[in-house]
This record gives sequence, C-alpha cells and structure tokens, in this order.
Amino acid sequence: MARIDLDLAHSYKPNPAQDSDYALLPLKMTFEDGGAYALLGPSGCGKTTMLNIMSGLLVPSQGTVRFDGQDMTRATPQQRNIAQVFQFPVIYDTMTVAQNLAFPLKNRKVPEATIRQRVGQIAEMLEMSHQLDQRAAGLSADQKQKISLGRGLVRPDVSAVLFDEPLTVIDPHLKWQLRRKLKQIHHELKLTLIYVTHDQVEALTFADQVVVMTRGKVVQMGTPDALFERPAHTFVGHFIGSPGMNLLEAQAGGGALHIGALSVPAPRALPEGALRLGIRPEYLALTEPGRDGALPGSVRQVQDIGTYFLVTLDVAGQTLKARLSPEAERPAVGAAVGLQVLGSHTCFYKNEELVA
Amino acid sequence: MSVQNKPVNQKAWFLILPVFICVAFSAILPLMTVVNYSVQDIIDPERRVFVGTEWFVQVMRDEDLHAALWNQLKFSLAVLLVEIPLGIALALSMPATGWKASATLVIVSLSLLIPWNVVGTIWQIFGRADIGLMGHGLQALGIDYSYTGDATHAWLTVLLMDVWHWTPLVALLAYAGLRSIPDAYYQAARIDGASKFAVFRYIQLPKMRGVLMIAVLLRFMDSFMIYTEPFVLTGGGPGNATTFLSQYLTQKAVGQFDLGPAAAFSLIYFLIILLLCFILYNWMQRLGQSEKEGGHD
Repeated sequence: MARIDLDLAHSYKPNPAQDSDYALLPLKMTFEDGGAYALLGPSGCGKTTMLNIMSGLLVPSQGTVRFDGQDMTRATPQQRNIAQVFQFPVIYDTMTVAQNLAFPLKNRKVPEATIRQRVGQIAEMLEMSHQLDQRAAGLSADQKQKISLGRGLVRPDVSAVLFDEPLTVIDPHLKWQLRRKLKQIHHELKLTLIYVTHDQVEALTFADQVVVMTRGKVVQMGTPDALFERPAHTFVGHFIGSPGMNLLEAQAGGGALHIGALSVPAPRALPEGALRLGIRPEYLALTEPGRDGALPGSVRQVQDIGTYFLVTLDVAGQTLKARLSPEAERPAVGAAVGLQVLGSHTCFYKNEELVA
Repeated sequence: MSVQNKPVNQKAWFLILPVFICVAFSAILPLMTVVNYSVQDIIDPERRVFVGTEWFVQVMRDEDLHAALWNQLKFSLAVLLVEIPLGIALALSMPATGWKASATLVIVSLSLLIPWNVVGTIWQIFGRADIGLMGHGLQALGIDYSYTGDATHAWLTVLLMDVWHWTPLVALLAYAGLRSIPDAYYQAARIDGASKFAVFRYIQLPKMRGVLMIAVLLRFMDSFMIYTEPFVLTGGGPGNATTFLSQYLTQKAVGQFDLGPAAAFSLIYFLIILLLCFILYNWMQRLGQSEKEGGHD
C-alpha cells in the first residue's frame, strides 16, 4: 500500500527534440493510497508506458517515481512490491490453477498455511474454487485471464495492482461480472488499483478517478461525473460520451457571443476572440425555429437507438448531434428547428482548454 | 449430406498418383530389392538359392552385431544426454537481438556447414599427439591420450566430435523456441518475483517442449545412423570400440560382400530405428499430454 507520485517524462528515442518524440510528455501526478484509478485514452496515448513505469518494467528517461515519498525510479518490480495483470493471459502451463495462484506468494517465501488460505480466498472471489486442481493449460481464455487476475490480487501487501486492459479477451457478459468483481475486491481489500483501458464505459464504471490521456499527455484527471459535466479539454469532451460532445465555432467580443448567424449576449464572462462552444448531445434541446436565442438548424437524420432518438442536425455547415428521449416528439427529417445551445451545461474552450 | 449418399469419386487416386510413383522409386522399390537379397543366397550372378529366414537367424545370433548394437545404444544415449542440455544452455546464453544475435547465429551454425568427412579429418588432426592441438595439449597435461590406441579415448573422442558437430543444431532449435515466447511472460514472471531458475522451469522449458521433441528425434536418428565421422577418425577401432551399427553393416556388405546377411541386417536396422523413434515420439507426446490433462471441464 503506497501513495504513488509521478514527476517524469519518457521517450523511447535517445534525444527527444519535439513533443512527438515523447511517449509521455512531462507530467506530474499523484495516485492516492487505496484509490481506484483508470487511465483512459486511445491506442498509443502512452497509458501502457505510464503503467510500465509505475510497475518498474520501464525506467523513465527523465524524472522520478516515488512510493510514499521514497524514490523508486530504478527499483525492480520486486522491490516496489507491485502486481500487474497483462492484456493477454499469462499462465504457467505446467502448473495447476492453485499452483498458478500460489506462485507469487511462493516466490516470496510466504508460509504454506498462509498461501493455502489466501489462494482459497481468491479462488472463491473469482469463482474458481472447483477448478483449483486442474491444469491451467487446458482452460479457456476467459478462465486463464481470471487466473492472471487472481495472481495479481493474491498478495495482500502490494503497493498497487496495475491492470493493462485485462478484459480485452473476455466475453462481454463476463466482462460486466468481472468488472463488478474487481470493484467489490477493491472495497474488500482496500488495494490501490490502477486500470488501463481504451473503453470509456470500463473506465467510468470501474474508477473513482479517471485519468484521460492523449498523445502522451494527461489532459484531465477527475471523477466520471466531472469528465462528463466539465471536460477540461475538447479531447475529453468528444472522447467521453456516446456520442461525444458537440463543438461549435463561436466568436466572443464586446459582451456578445456570435455563433454563425446568431448573436446573443454572452451568458458568462468570456475571453475575447475565437472560441469553441461545447454542449453534450444530452443537453442539446430542440425548440421551435425562430425562438429567441435559439440557433436555426435543420434535421438531417433521425435514428432510433432503442432507449433514445439520436438526431443529426445541420447548423450553418456544422454537424451537431442531439439525444432525445423516446417520449419526445420525433422530429421530421428536413424540418427547420431551433437549437438551445446555451445553458448551465455549456462549456467554452479556447485553444482546446476549458475557459468558462 | 450423409455419409451414405456421398458421391463416389475415384479422381483422388489419380491425384495422389505422382506422390505414389515418387515414393515407389525412392523408398519402396529399393527396400524391396533389399528384401529380395535378404531371403536368397547369391553365389554368383547366375546361381542363387532361396534360403528363407536363414540370414535373419544368423544375423540375430551374431556376437559382433550384439556388441555393435550395444555400443550404438550407449553412444546415442550419451549424445542425447550431452547435446540436449548443452544446446539449451547455449541457446539461453545467446543474445536475443541486435547485431550480436546475428553474429552469434552465424558463428554457432559454422560447424553445421562442414561436411561429415571433413569433420572426421579435422578431429583426426586435432587429436594427434604430435601435431594436434588437443592431442598435444592432453599429452602436455600428463594424460596419455591416444584415440588410435585406447578404446575409451577413441569412444570419447567420437562422442566429443559429435557434440562439437551437432550441439549447434539443438541450440538453434532451442533458440527459435525461446524467441517465440511473448515478452509478457517474462514481465509477468518479474512481477511475480520468479527466480531465474523458476523462469526456466515454468516458462522457457514448457514453451520449448515442441522444438526439443524435434531436436531429440533428429539427434537420435542421426546419431543412430552415424557412419562417416568415426569411419574417417578411427575406422571403427581400436578393436571394435567405435564400430557402430552402420559401420558393421558396411563391413558385411561391402567388405565381405555377404549381401544376404547384410540385407537381412539392413532390414533389422531399419526396424530398430523405426521402433525406437516410435517409442520415443509416443513417450514425449504422452509427456506433453499429461501436462495438459484435466484441463477441460
């Protein structure tokens, strides 16, 4: 159990000159002891690099890693006492399920009785108690990955357990089950869990704190709620949510806001100049055309997604999406509508960063 | 479509005909010639007598053959016991990437490129007490080494020569097996705190099982048929110390021109190799299976 402080940057190239040479741009962040974190971002954003730096499989090219204030930058995974679960199941073919689960404890010379008790406990959590004496090699990919998860969780005293997209190979229905299980284990064992994924649903349901990354940069760290309501970066806006946040070009000046043909008084104090207005499809309301303060647009497409209508709209050449409840009146394709884009949920961005 | 109303199609026979002809000329016809010799006493090209199993009985009772067979089994066993562990050790110590890996691969495979008879000649010179590095060196150390005079020395020299010649093959196969292990296994082992030995025992060795099986079979068959190197080095001597099965066979067939017994023995030899490979292969398969046993629920 430990608090992990990162203050580092990493490049796989020897002499990084520009930002694109870095796998991880200089960053400074803290993972509190006992928290459930998710690192979320598209492929190649540096999340696995960050994970490997924390586990000690990789030494950062600059900066430090601290565990409870102690410098661990060059310490081995063994010294850091960290557990990690990989994307593809790693099992020891010649061992039984029980021997697989016991392996990390055995290597650390834990007494036999403790091992047996601990393995039994973990096997029960993962619902593998009846398979303990089977050879691990013949099991299905799902079950092999469960063994890998079990090996990550079997040590009670670890600094943190790191998961590198561990549910990629798992069937969808089992995914839900295992994710809930992990959440439950987190509550029971109070371990620090750090979970890497590119799946926002996975990140948002698993973690208390989600770290959103893109191109080697951490763009926001916050609760799932904060990421949804107040994305600090346009990337977070359109990466999180389904579909992502609508972004509209706008111009602020002299206390007024100009969006295409529409000019309204600025709803909040806004910096002068070019802005981008962000509004989630969930908060975009459709009104009568020509209503005061409403943006004129036309309906291009209406899709019935089952639990909601997804409406695609055209606004002066820009495309917006809106989510309407199935009880609402279904708009006709081609109809002219007014769009209520300003409200308490509207965010404003300048140079991709949240300004108001 | 059920099995009953499957249309009869004889075209398949036509398609396998080329293979059948090739196999007939390369294996079946020569083998039948040998079978033909093995049941006849050929006195001269015009006069031959059918003798039935007489040659087989005679060959089976031959003391020299028993000695050669025993010698052969000891030799093949020693080859496997030395070359397989040594090859694995060599593969483990070879660099995995970069120019060093390529350079090592070339150096390691050098001995595989040398023709058999040249290998024999190299060791013949290498082992000589007057001009050979090894022979002279051993003499200087006070060991009265002579591969021509001492039966044990001769036997060990042939073994050493085979180890030198063929361990690289085992090493290359093992190396290929090692390179196919995904990095995640090593990373997981580091996280799990596994010792170097545990990594070898629980990751590398199980993952190398397939290639090692091939290595054992290849080395067994090849060593069981060894001929050229001991023929060049020792000529089977001193005495019968390094006379292995194939050399014994050649003495019979070409040396004494006893075609009947030689043919009978060829067939027995062939069956021995077939039988031993069959046993070896099944045993190793079983070994692999028991590791996977109980895997399905």
